Amino acid sequence: MSALQAWLDQPSVTIMLIGALVGIAASLLGAFLVLRRESMLSDAISHSVLLGIVVVYLLTGTVDTPLQVVGAALAGLVTVWATDLLVRSRRVKQDAAIGLVFPALFAVAVLLINLYARDVHLDTDAVLLGEIAFAWLDVVSLGQLEVARSLLTMLVITAVNLAFVVLLYKELKLATFDPGLATALGKRPTLVGYALLGLVSVTAVGAFDAVGAILFVAFVIVPPTTAYLLTDRLWRMLAYGCVVAVGSSLAGYALARAYDVSVGGSMASATGAFLLLALLFGRHGLIARALGRRAPRAPQAADGSVVAEVSLAGPAEHGRGS
Amino acid sequence: MEMMVLLGDFTVRTVALGAALVGAVAGVLGSFAVLRQQSLLGDTLSHAALPGVCLGFLLAGSRQLAPILAGALVSGALAALLVLLLTRTTRVKTDAALGVSLSLFFAFGTVLLTYVQRHQGAAQAGLDAFLFGQAAALVPADLRLIGSVGAASLLLVALGWKELKVTTFDADFSRSLGRPVVAIEFALTVLIAVAVVIGLQLVGVILMVALVIAPAAAARQWAKRLEGMVLLSALFGAVSGVAGALLSASVRGLATGPVIVLVASGFVAVSLLLAPGRGIAWQLVQAVAERRSLRAHRVLLGLYQLAQDHGDPRYPSEQGMLDTYYRGGSASALGRLQRRGLVERVEHMPEEGDHWVLTEAGQQQARDLLEPFGSRDGADRTGAGT
Amino acid sequence: MGEEVERALSTAQGVHEPSLALHVEDLTASYASGAVLWDVDMNVPPGVLAAIVGPNGAGKSTLLKCVIGALRPAAGHVYVFGRPYRQQRHRVAYVPQRTSVDWDFPTTALDVVTMGLYGRLGWLRRPGKREDDEAHEALAMVGMDAFAERQISQLSGGQQQRVFLARALVQDADLYLMDEPFAGVDATTERAIVDLFKDLRRRGKTVVAVHHDLQTVATYFDWLALLNVRLIAQGPVREVYTAEHLRAAYGPRVVLLEQTAEA
Repeated sequence: MSALQAWLDQPSVTIMLIGALVGIAASLLGAFLVLRRESMLSDAISHSVLLGIVVVYLLTGTVDTPLQVVGAALAGLVTVWATDLLVRSRRVKQDAAIGLVFPALFAVAVLLINLYARDVHLDTDAVLLGEIAFAWLDVVSLGQLEVARSLLTMLVITAVNLAFVVLLYKELKLATFDPGLATALGKRPTLVGYALLGLVSVTAVGAFDAVGAILFVAFVIVPPTTAYLLTDRLWRMLAYGCVVAVGSSLAGYALARAYDVSVGGSMASATGAFLLLALLFGRHGLIARALGRRAPRAPQAADGSVVAEVSLAGPAEHGRGS
Repeated sequence: MEMMVLLGDFTVRTVALGAALVGAVAGVLGSFAVLRQQSLLGDTLSHAALPGVCLGFLLAGSRQLAPILAGALVSGALAALLVLLLTRTTRVKTDAALGVSLSLFFAFGTVLLTYVQRHQGAAQAGLDAFLFGQAAALVPADLRLIGSVGAASLLLVALGWKELKVTTFDADFSRSLGRPVVAIEFALTVLIAVAVVIGLQLVGVILMVALVIAPAAAARQWAKRLEGMVLLSALFGAVSGVAGALLSASVRGLATGPVIVLVASGFVAVSLLLAPGRGIAWQLVQAVAERRSLRAHRVLLGLYQLAQDHGDPRYPSEQGMLDTYYRGGSASALGRLQRRGLVERVEHMPEEGDHWVLTEAGQQQARDLLEPFGSRDGADRTGAGT
Repeated sequence: MGEEVERALSTAQGVHEPSLALHVEDLTASYASGAVLWDVDMNVPPGVLAAIVGPNGAGKSTLLKCVIGALRPAAGHVYVFGRPYRQQRHRVAYVPQRTSVDWDFPTTALDVVTMGLYGRLGWLRRPGKREDDEAHEALAMVGMDAFAERQISQLSGGQQQRVFLARALVQDADLYLMDEPFAGVDATTERAIVDLFKDLRRRGKTVVAVHHDLQTVATYFDWLALLNVRLIAQGPVREVYTAEHLRAAYGPRVVLLEQTAEA
């Protein structure tokens, strides 16, 4: 026990562990966001959770309650819901809808901080950069063990996300790949989608302390995208994403120490190095593409959406091969 | 009144003028971004400006606006190129490419920002302002720079108007006309980056995207043509800029960017609700009217069908039966039809309740409704039908 | 008079003809742009190969989506073997348009087929050996077992369609709803689908497919519903496939069809 305690007492260990957990928790969910083409929702959510945090602070006067998580998760879901509503009104396209909702919520949050919460630790820099470098200072007791509060939070969140992805693996896969069939089979794809985005919001709150809300986006999107260039299997995509996230946390911390710069920033930047490697050398990367090593795609048959009138004009023919 | 007093202040006047300009340029170029469904490219461009801001500062050695904006423009363009590289050469989809580019450039920007803060001492004081914008820091020299760059980009839009318009609407068609579509699209991306960059000092990298999207999205609800949309969007942008700058100047401690964004979002909300034809309030009214007329038409055609089946154009149908057939609610539909003179009530077996027949006009209306379906006798069913 | 009342009452009170594989009643669906389906009453008896045919924008796909509950109709009801769809899910297999999914998705042909069994598996259980075997079997039935481990983007359009069909087969349903199964497929796949249809009919299954090719309707299907926002006609293909009905569905331009139709 004391050996573990001694290990955890090193600030660098705590910081790297937190970074790795943020990375795992984020990229597990991120893989599905990337495949659902909803990556930018993570950007929107990461901005608007700030509103949830600020509102809960103004109501309760604290920034550490579990209420925080609830408030932020609600803010995230409100973002998704409002975006959805705008899209369904058919007045604006999805990309514009995302870009309309989160800046408004974020702006409200910043102004509330400006007006009512100037002196608390909710300063706007922390939103962007996180305070992972000081995370080891704030510890809680866990039995005989003293653990950094952020580390504990991220452990719980990572465990929840892992359980979600493992238990509902096939539902997530189906809802992502073919929502039509998911509906037909009664698998509630919309509900699954909201659960996924709700967990993204919760994870954003946890990560908010550590790497800052916006750098969280890098952990959601970049490791899964890297993995997407490396493999053709979903479970491997999840696994590779986690490996990239953990690797980035370790490498990023080392770089941050060496150059005395933002820890969260360098961890997030390090994911870019992995992406670059995958982009060059991956199974679906540039070099493989240039060498034509990848199995060529069978020629796609022409799209079959032929209007009936057209096929009527010609002589009657059966078995139109293409 | 307070606004008027504020406008008398030289600094405030500078800020208001700058904000109007930034809003107008963002409004014009944002229109193209929104119509090309590239709104979030604006998000990526604005976040990606951060490393350029820091590099411009590091290279110039002091907080001068020109090198900082040049740096921001270059890093924005590089971010756009990364998006292109990912989407054109790999199977990564646009949303992920935008997210990758945004988060990596921003991450690197925060690294550079902390580097500047920790290694360049007190000189960095101003860079934080680029995160959320700080109108007060705007000096006349900055205004001249922003003004000339903004005016130049508007001039370019005016000169290339035809090409921009046709490429935005239909790139393939534009290509068939021999237009250099790739070059035009690239130029447009750079122009959007310019619009983002000149707004950084006022609005900041995080929220600048809103000034690109919101005025255009609001203008889209009112305008029927691109010309009108662009002008209206420029107006919304300029008004948001001025109102935001003045409001934040009048309350101590308010960051300028968020106020501008909220004003612009207000324009969007009002436009979405109230714009004639497209507004949500308008649509709701129409949807209710449509549902009512749909029900009325169904009842009308039901009567017509029964009349046809009996070979008697004035066949009296019993209301209770119609109610059952249409799951209730035929009374209000019948009422509406009666007011329009399409049906009338008749005395027929009074003990069995009300009976209705089609009038001449009602029969004509039913025939007109069925016309598009090319069916002579309404619900023509063969085989196992009904 | 009394006869009408009786007929109307029986429809209204929900004697939902359990003898019908698919019974669509008064279905009306509309988007903001206007009505897409208007008061459609459709009946498909069990054991037939039914085609839903009509011009573009006639609401064919919308009709299928309303049946499986992916779209909420403005009015009307749908019954599968006499009961609402939600109670009959396990008896229905749905094949969406091939273009409706992302074929770059990181998964294999075998895995896609296994998805057909997710309904049976419930929420938390994972597919195991038994499911894999069933999926292999279904792939073999459409001549695709050799491609089981291929990533799905490496399949041709026709092969992708056959994977979708295998996924429907593995569901072992009684009613197969297919959205444009013949769209953009090669001749081999087209033949494979036709053979499959015959096999399904032999086993007493019902197929309802959206189809766009008038040329082949009469040879591939034995039941026809002509749709153009409203239901124009329905019944055995021999009775419905007449120049008159087709003109009603497609407009006067289908002149050339008369020879085909009467041939």
